Amino acid sequence: MASMQSDVGRRTALPEHGKRVIKQSTRESLYGYLLISPWLLGFIIFTVGPMLASLVIGLYRTDFLTETTYVGLKWYRNVFTDSLVRKALINTAIYSFSVVPINTMLALLIAVMLNQGIKFQSFWRTVYYLPSIVSGVAVALLWRWLYQPDIGLFNSILGPILKPFGLLPPRWIFSEEWALPSIIIMAFWGAGGAMLIYLAGLRGIPTSLYEAAEIDGAGSVRRFFAITLPLLTPTIFFNVVLNIIGSWQVFTQALVMTRGGPNNATLTMVLQIYRTGFENFYFGYASAQAWLLFLIVLIFVVLALRSASSWVHYERV
Amino acid sequence: MASISQPSSTRPAVVRSERFRGSNLTEGITRFLLYVAVFIGGVIFAIPFYWMLRTSVMPTAQVYLFPPEWWPERFEWQHFKTPFAVFPFAKFFLNSAYIAILSAIGTALSSSLVGFSFARLRFPLRDFLFVVVLATMILPEHVRLVPTYLIYVYLGWIGTYLPLIVPNWFAPAFYVFLMRQFFMTIPKDMDDAALIDGCNPLGLFWRIHMPLSMPALGVVLIFQITYHWNDFLHPLIYIQGVNNYTVALGLQLFQGQMTNNMQALMAASILAILPTIFMFFFAQRYFVQGIVVSGVKG
Repeated sequence: MASMQSDVGRRTALPEHGKRVIKQSTRESLYGYLLISPWLLGFIIFTVGPMLASLVIGLYRTDFLTETTYVGLKWYRNVFTDSLVRKALINTAIYSFSVVPINTMLALLIAVMLNQGIKFQSFWRTVYYLPSIVSGVAVALLWRWLYQPDIGLFNSILGPILKPFGLLPPRWIFSEEWALPSIIIMAFWGAGGAMLIYLAGLRGIPTSLYEAAEIDGAGSVRRFFAITLPLLTPTIFFNVVLNIIGSWQVFTQALVMTRGGPNNATLTMVLQIYRTGFENFYFGYASAQAWLLFLIVLIFVVLALRSASSWVHYERV
Repeated sequence: MASISQPSSTRPAVVRSERFRGSNLTEGITRFLLYVAVFIGGVIFAIPFYWMLRTSVMPTAQVYLFPPEWWPERFEWQHFKTPFAVFPFAKFFLNSAYIAILSAIGTALSSSLVGFSFARLRFPLRDFLFVVVLATMILPEHVRLVPTYLIYVYLGWIGTYLPLIVPNWFAPAFYVFLMRQFFMTIPKDMDDAALIDGCNPLGLFWRIHMPLSMPALGVVLIFQITYHWNDFLHPLIYIQGVNNYTVALGLQLFQGQMTNNMQALMAASILAILPTIFMFFFAQRYFVQGIVVSGVKG
């Protein structure tokens, strides 16, 4: 960057005694701001403005049409006492703390297995990756069908296995205790997205490091923990942070498969915000809940960033 | 692609020959177990797709048999027609494609412009502003849901596709980051040459960097099309009238009305995921590249 700048500056400056140097950099600044203006405008209109507006909307009882009454901090206090909000928070936290670590380990495991120089690697990569690009309603409908307690795929396999032990398979999304685990298990099917990222990261590790370790007599387990894992930590970290944010926003499965039930067992934060605002038209209360969600996600992301220095290796090799 | 996959296929061969010189049996067993694990895992990941297909072509009487059967006694393809007979399902596809493509084009144009500026131009507060871009990446989308809805209410945009498309023309942070990372890899010699020839930064962007960044733009297009194709929450909030529904909304409606026709529901779901799968197979290279640019260098 710097070298290019000075190069250009010097060559254009020579004939006109430095007058051009200033002009050049001012011109570049103007262009710089002109070119980032789409983002800057969007940032103000769609991010900063709405975030602040959201705080203010949270002070009102409003459906945006017929009623707008100032209620002070009522909604912000309600957030901490509302049993539905608490239920949604607990459910989403359980979801996030199960899905993020398990998915990360699963994705790493598959990536390492596929990276052992196996035959038809690109075929297997596709098999594992494909489920992660199909998401949304179609997948929710499919899994609802797989979880069907009597004639669904899972129980048609589990039923005969459990029968000799006198056990019945779970009723999955139709039972209160299994509904949330069902939605968590379903998320593992999407581990392929992270797997592909780790696979790309594994390929970036220089072969020479493994050869050196080999000569020093390091076994394969030792090589994994001394070379592979440390060099992969920046990738893992980036991915974990994005996963934390994504997992707190789980919505489609909960709405399509269970409508938050049974008995609110799968009520998630975004579903609760959606219901409060867009089904019951308490937009102020929905705003207050959204801010709670935002603060919680922020806390976990900051904790993750703080922890980074102790386990993420930023070494250029 | 070819250049990336090469080292991974040669590396383990080298490692193996060094390590297991005397123990071919151990090596053989380890390899065998590895293949078994990859195979079993692969089957588990593929089975839901199989179940979906199997259900969609089964005769009605067989679908609801207990215990369930794995193979259709005959193939009934007519369930794939049902969604089109009951709803304007083809229209849903067009609607989804319209939203996804316009959003993706807007994202590609705006993010590459902004990404180029962050990667190549020097202006006051540049590094600070780039940190702000990174910070907005970690904002949960849903904090903005209610206030942006209010904006669209005032603009009279509810019931149109504008709330789904327009924000994408303002350079979403993740894609700015992705494009900036890509532009950083383009050699700067080109810039020098173009600037000496009297090219202004906009011309430099359009004539030199854009043609070179087709792979990255492909990544942006594919990621965004996939995202908007699968999106459910935003269409659910903004779209009114069955004729304007996207595929995701249509499926949800279909579910409510076809509770006793699992074959048709699975057929509709297959149709809904088919475009994404096709896109993946035709543009696999871009998927993998996008992962490398965005995920690994982050």
